[in-house]
Amino acid sequence: MKPTNINDPEYFHKVVDCQYACPAHTPVPEYIRLIAAQRYTEAYMINWESNVFPGVLGRTCDRPCEPACRRGRVEEEPVAICRLKRVAADNKGEVKSLMPQGPFTPNGKKIALIGGGPASLTVARDLAPLGYELHLYDEWKKGGGMMRTQIPAFRLPEEVLDEEVNYILDMGIHTHFNTYVESMKEILEKDYDVVFVGTGAPRGRALKLPGYEEAKANIQIGIEYLANVAFEHTDKIGEKVIVLGGGNTAMDCCRTSKRLGGKDVTVVVRSPRKDMKASPWEIEDAEREDIVILNNMPPKEFVVENGKLKGVIFGKVRAEYAENGKRTLIPTGEPDVFIEADDVIIAIGQDNAFPWIERDLGIEFGKWDIPVLDKTTFQSTLPKVFFGGDAAFGPENVITAVAHGHHAAISIDLFCNEKNLMDRPPPMTNLVSQKMGIHEWTYDNYIAIDPRYQVPHEDKSISLKDRKIEVELGFDEKVGFKEAQRCLNCDVQTVFETNLCIECDACTDVCPTDCITFTKNGEEEELRTRLNAPALNLSQDLYISDVLPTKRVMIKDEDVCLHCGLCAERCPTAAWDMKKYLYNTPKTYNFNETGSCCK
Amino acid sequence: MSYDKPKFHHPLLKKNKVGYIKTDYEGVISTLCAGCGHDSISGAIVQACYEISLEPHRLAKLSGIGCSSKTPTYFLSNSHGFNSVHGRMPSITTGANMANRDLIYLGVSGDGDTASIGMGQFVHAIRRNLNMVYIVMNNGCYGLTKGQDSATADFGSVSKAGSDNPYQAIDLAGLALELNATFVGRSFSGDKTQLVPMIKAAMAHPGFAFLDVISPCVTFNNNAGSTKSYSHVREHIESTSIFDFVPKEEEITIDYPEGESAELELFDGSKIQLSKLAPDWNPTDRFSAVNRLHASKARGQILTGLLYINTDSKDLHGKLNTVDKPLNKLTQEELCPGSEALEKVNASFR
Repeated sequence: MKPTNINDPEYFHKVVDCQYACPAHTPVPEYIRLIAAQRYTEAYMINWESNVFPGVLGRTCDRPCEPACRRGRVEEEPVAICRLKRVAADNKGEVKSLMPQGPFTPNGKKIALIGGGPASLTVARDLAPLGYELHLYDEWKKGGGMMRTQIPAFRLPEEVLDEEVNYILDMGIHTHFNTYVESMKEILEKDYDVVFVGTGAPRGRALKLPGYEEAKANIQIGIEYLANVAFEHTDKIGEKVIVLGGGNTAMDCCRTSKRLGGKDVTVVVRSPRKDMKASPWEIEDAEREDIVILNNMPPKEFVVENGKLKGVIFGKVRAEYAENGKRTLIPTGEPDVFIEADDVIIAIGQDNAFPWIERDLGIEFGKWDIPVLDKTTFQSTLPKVFFGGDAAFGPENVITAVAHGHHAAISIDLFCNEKNLMDRPPPMTNLVSQKMGIHEWTYDNYIAIDPRYQVPHEDKSISLKDRKIEVELGFDEKVGFKEAQRCLNCDVQTVFETNLCIECDACTDVCPTDCITFTKNGEEEELRTRLNAPALNLSQDLYISDVLPTKRVMIKDEDVCLHCGLCAERCPTAAWDMKKYLYNTPKTYNFNETGSCCK
Repeated sequence: MSYDKPKFHHPLLKKNKVGYIKTDYEGVISTLCAGCGHDSISGAIVQACYEISLEPHRLAKLSGIGCSSKTPTYFLSNSHGFNSVHGRMPSITTGANMANRDLIYLGVSGDGDTASIGMGQFVHAIRRNLNMVYIVMNNGCYGLTKGQDSATADFGSVSKAGSDNPYQAIDLAGLALELNATFVGRSFSGDKTQLVPMIKAAMAHPGFAFLDVISPCVTFNNNAGSTKSYSHVREHIESTSIFDFVPKEEEITIDYPEGESAELELFDGSKIQLSKLAPDWNPTDRFSAVNRLHASKARGQILTGLLYINTDSKDLHGKLNTVDKPLNKLTQEELCPGSEALEKVNASFR
């Protein structure tokens, strides 16, 4: 194998598993250390710069970072990254003065943002400091999009959302609320230099089974139901509720129902439990509220009696998987099951829908009515129109929408400056030794076995009474500190200097997880078989040095390195050093300069 | 500075035959200087014990005083241990061995502990063929007292302060050969592929197994001109043979070229596999070993590997004809069988 090129910005980025897995690439270990140091404001600002909605995401993020967390590979559970983000948001001080301060000198360019969700808001935040005149359109009376309509208040208090939406709107965004854009043509006829579409995936799928037409009055679509509750158009539901679907929307619907008068709330899912799309913690939270979840039961018919919904008939199936992983649901032959219901909520997915975009404007659409976009620039086939968030490639999540927003903002800025959109700015990277003395590091390098801490919940008898009472209470400062200490500081990299090494083996001997091997070079597949410990995780790289005087090379399997720094402590020649790697994705504007954080 | 090693280990480590992973053979984190050769030797001991599936309670580690003699803290935390007086490790081991012949005795000493203050003890342990592994972690200086030349420092070797050593070195391996030690080897802390099988073979050898392991002192004796620095040893090392240890009941898997290879069966059925690199050398011929040693030395080379083995070794218990049962387990009944037995003994003299 060739020696590892550590100058490639992606090499060490990949070692920071959480950050690499995050669509917005938030520098997670960096802010977790600040939380441990009680520097919540700075921790918040690092998040704000990267993911724009730390308070929202600290409660509701899909957490792609957590399954990636290295601690999850050496211990049962990963660091509770999402909940730590909330600790920063809950305990921060005044932050507004650390954000870019308007008014900004206008640059003469006008941009329309259609849809007031996380994607549009991110574009707005990234472009506002550069002097763009931004016009945000949304059909609802407030900004936030799906974050407001789809996430129930017991998971995300309205004031948290308002605060973070307003940080952006207060940067001088022109808002056009209660305005449903009915025609893209009309927008294009106005004098906007660029139009950004962040309208999400607003169409909930229906399920027109026999009896649907007759029972329609008591059948609702999940995302519409949640929006109606959020805007207080709906405030009650029947005592017996069936929710169809196994995703997070289904979990939000059933828990909301429980708060609006539902007594027997049942979630019925056609697939096995392990295939449910809902996040495990959301399933747990639903079950904690005595909601029954039934699996392997596809609905067959809405039963109507005297013109009113009576219940739903379900079949029974089992799942079989072909070798390629494809699933088939096979009826078991057991008798059908009838479940009584006053109301049914259908939460089986949502689709993109652009009824308001005329098809003769030059904006091409592909399969499933999804716009044809450049995957890097988010530009549509009509050069001045960009897409982002769920509207771009179909339903994802908030953090993905934010990431799209950053990319689109860069594209829009390049576009408005008549530059090549593929000429993307590089990430900002910084690699700095953490050595303070012979065996002293700037970070707390001792790694203890330390299982994940439990987060407290509001008492059920209280939280179920009012849909606005937040259920998850968040870590207090003490537990937050303990959880923060579980972080392995994967951004503090083990950096090897071949020409300093005297091959004394001290690093190999001391490494608690046997990551380091000195051996003859070879091809990767074969090399992986003769390292000191099995190197079976192919998603993790081998770090390979140049050839040493004994003709061997140093090979480090990044997989379960604890970043404890013992290799560097036991190295007599400082051939190993612990260096902190900061990786910031490119942004249109250097938010660091206004914030006091992480210089 | 870390005072403790994380308790985590690689999740996929294999268990050996007695159900332990390598980590189970480790000790606490070393307080020796970073990069000390002694730590590598500790690592080799851990590796060897893991590979031979040693039950940790079957081994006693003993040491004297010095950097080397601190190391038993850094390996085999679950074994017996005795940190004795300076240079007196051999007599403590003799006593322990006499009382309980069932344990494996691993003595760890340094060049000061062995070649100076403990020389008298060392030579008598050899003479008696005490069943033990005797490892000298040989760095040619007194590291614990800031690096003065020791008795094993080579003539002319330059100290860190810049002066040449005016005295002749004591070659401990040569001395052991001279005194008819039944197993003599030399190795280098930086060469685990040689050292690990050598430790395993030494443990299987019934008698005094001496290992002179050159172990650079990074702090006081790793300078240019020193003959015990990492770079000097690497440049001047040569080996009697490529060496492997094959435990009893395991198949030999490596094929060496015919004519050059030799196989030696040890007392317990395990085998040593050799592929000879040195001409005119026979591992069971003491004179050839002495000759090779001197020939290499004359060329300024450091000869490593197995130097000599006596496969007919009879250890101290054998010489004394003691009973098979460890003496400390003999009960009063066995020790005082009663007047009837005494009568019989007396009758045999009439």
